[in-house]
Amino acid sequence: MKATNRRTFPKFGGPAATAVAADPSRHYVDRRSRELLKRHQGTRERRLRAAARIEESSQLQLIIARFRKHRLATASVVLLAVFYLAALTAEFVAPFDKLERFEELAYAPPTRVRIVDAEGNLHLPFIYGRTSELDTKTFTYTFVEDQSQRYSIRLFVKGEPYHLFGVIPMERHLFGVAGEQPLFLLGSDNLGRDLFSRIIFAARISLFVGFAGVLISFVLGVTLGGISGYFGGVTDMVIQRIIEFFMSIPQIPLWMALSAAIPQEWSGIQTFFAITLILSVIGWTDLARVVRGKIVSLREEDYVTAALISSASSAQIIRRHLLPGVTSYLVVALTLAIPFMILGETTLSFLGLGITAPDVSWGSLLQEAQDVNVIANYPWLLAPVAFVMLAVILFNFIGDGLRDAADPYAR
Amino acid sequence: MTDGDQPSGPKPNRLEVQGLKTYFFLDEGILKAVDGIDLTVGDQETIGIIGESGSGKSVMARSLLRLVTRPGEIVKGNVILRRKDGGVIDVLALAPGADQLRRIRGNDIAMVFQEPISAFSPVHTIGAQISEMVALHTDLKKHDVRTYVVDLLRRVGISNPGQRFDEYPHQLSGGMRQRAMIAMALSCRPKIVLADEPTTALDVTIQAQILELMKELQQSEDMSVIYITHDLAVVAETTDRVYVMYLGRVVESTTTERLFANPLHPYTRKLLGSIPHPGRHTHRLEVIEGSVPTPIDPPAQCAFVGRCPSAMPGVCDQAVPALTEIEPGHFVRCYLHSEEREPEDEWTNI
Repeated sequence: MKATNRRTFPKFGGPAATAVAADPSRHYVDRRSRELLKRHQGTRERRLRAAARIEESSQLQLIIARFRKHRLATASVVLLAVFYLAALTAEFVAPFDKLERFEELAYAPPTRVRIVDAEGNLHLPFIYGRTSELDTKTFTYTFVEDQSQRYSIRLFVKGEPYHLFGVIPMERHLFGVAGEQPLFLLGSDNLGRDLFSRIIFAARISLFVGFAGVLISFVLGVTLGGISGYFGGVTDMVIQRIIEFFMSIPQIPLWMALSAAIPQEWSGIQTFFAITLILSVIGWTDLARVVRGKIVSLREEDYVTAALISSASSAQIIRRHLLPGVTSYLVVALTLAIPFMILGETTLSFLGLGITAPDVSWGSLLQEAQDVNVIANYPWLLAPVAFVMLAVILFNFIGDGLRDAADPYAR
Repeated sequence: MTDGDQPSGPKPNRLEVQGLKTYFFLDEGILKAVDGIDLTVGDQETIGIIGESGSGKSVMARSLLRLVTRPGEIVKGNVILRRKDGGVIDVLALAPGADQLRRIRGNDIAMVFQEPISAFSPVHTIGAQISEMVALHTDLKKHDVRTYVVDLLRRVGISNPGQRFDEYPHQLSGGMRQRAMIAMALSCRPKIVLADEPTTALDVTIQAQILELMKELQQSEDMSVIYITHDLAVVAETTDRVYVMYLGRVVESTTTERLFANPLHPYTRKLLGSIPHPGRHTHRLEVIEGSVPTPIDPPAQCAFVGRCPSAMPGVCDQAVPALTEIEPGHFVRCYLHSEEREPEDEWTNI
């Protein structure tokens, strides 16, 4: 070999010589390889079919396929779909109307659904009848199960007649108890109304406020954000200062001020739209920022310059070259904006400024749980919180999955 | 291969790669990026690995340092490394998070990247980034680290190294950045340097300087260098031996002189034929028809068969030819020269 003329270097305290054990079972690649081999052996046919499928898939199909690989997001979509379906068909899904009262069963804890009776015999799900007794010392009602009366839980039981979607007359409910005894899955409130039924009805407002609010935010955000990002300069400056102005206003006081302005005599639907409007007044600013930021960076791309050189108009450039680049961000931003709307509505209604009786939303249901006494004695009244949290988390999971699936820059 | 102290007998090669296979497990199928590579690197030897884009050069280099990330997986092979302290280790035997692996990276095998601007973080000074590496692998005092790094910068030919130490990557020119990159690679005095297209981003004059520098350092530091490149000029200029890669396999390997004088594989011939020769006027430059196919679930045949001018139907598309020694030290994987077939293993027909 060639001669070496080494220079002097400071001495390194190198690690001591350590060699791998000769044991082949500890050889990482060999071990991993066996696993991989097992997993992929005999899958050639399947892989070839998958490859052929991917070959002829459109971009949208690829996105859907990638989204479906995100298990959590897929499960979230299914679960949320169930939520929305239940909300739409609340009259059918809920065992009672949101206003139906059982006066003698106020503040009743959740009914225990049983499958084993007192004698130890197995049955289909059933409940025992119960009666309330006044404790003369504490003046509280206690509920006593009457084990002689068994009521089975049935699907499609006859109940109060109603109109599904306001038109189809029906009198069967998804589930319920045949007989007089009411089934309170999540207990009842101070007027003896079934909390579960009320939550289902409330989901209508709480879940759809997100969609409606985001729609308004979307239009405002994309238009103003797009203009701001594309034209830059003074336009950008003015729009950004407006956004900052909106963002600098403390949110809750602004909401409170605006909702205080909603006339008392407005109907439920009118209040609903007023509230979505109030929520989107704040909500659009975030979206506008996202769009602007992305457009600003895309505007500098060479393909936009190329379009410019090919004498494309501003409208063409925005539509053909810029917006497709923002779409994936928009979809994600929108999905993540919905939970904020849901939380906003909950906050407003909780403070008594949003949805008011006789309409119900998750927030207005929680109003009843504002009192420490109530929480201590009737903790089931907090159940709507679980639904709010679940809805928000599910939307976040979907947003996550969409980001992974739709983002062309991801890989 | 596993005992730390050297038994008597011939010293093993500095680096020996045996049957390395790195596959990517994609939705579309199994992409065999590296499909059985054997490679040896001797003391102070300069190895060239050439091949088109997509031939698996870079994946191979990353596999040596275990830098392949999912869905890529090394599925087979040995990478036997003789470490600086004389210990011999199979790099592929180590668990991914193993301490030893971290000590090997940068310390025994270092890497020089193609794009120094993206290999350096833009928000730290050059000096800080090199110092970090030195501080990690040695127990020098903070002040000594600086002296050491400044000296290192000087040795790779950076003028005014004391000032450059505190500059950010964007303040340096392309050539200077590549020098700094080399300084970083050398900072732990590795015995093997993997240079992944080190001069592709540079113009020819700077390129020559950098190659010259590498040559000098190689001798003074007793290093072996593996050049990964598609630039045949670099190969001709600097390397002792060449491996020609095509679609994850070595198709020809021999000394540089012999490769340029007497290429045997049709792919190598076409490759060498596609370089323009100064002074010789040709109407059209020779090109290799078609492009490198994607090796997703490839059929068991010669990978070059679809583009080969001398393909023999019924022979070349039947099985993968084996890499056989045609002349002493000259290996070719082609049925024109040998009828030997590559033995199949459990991964061949997966």
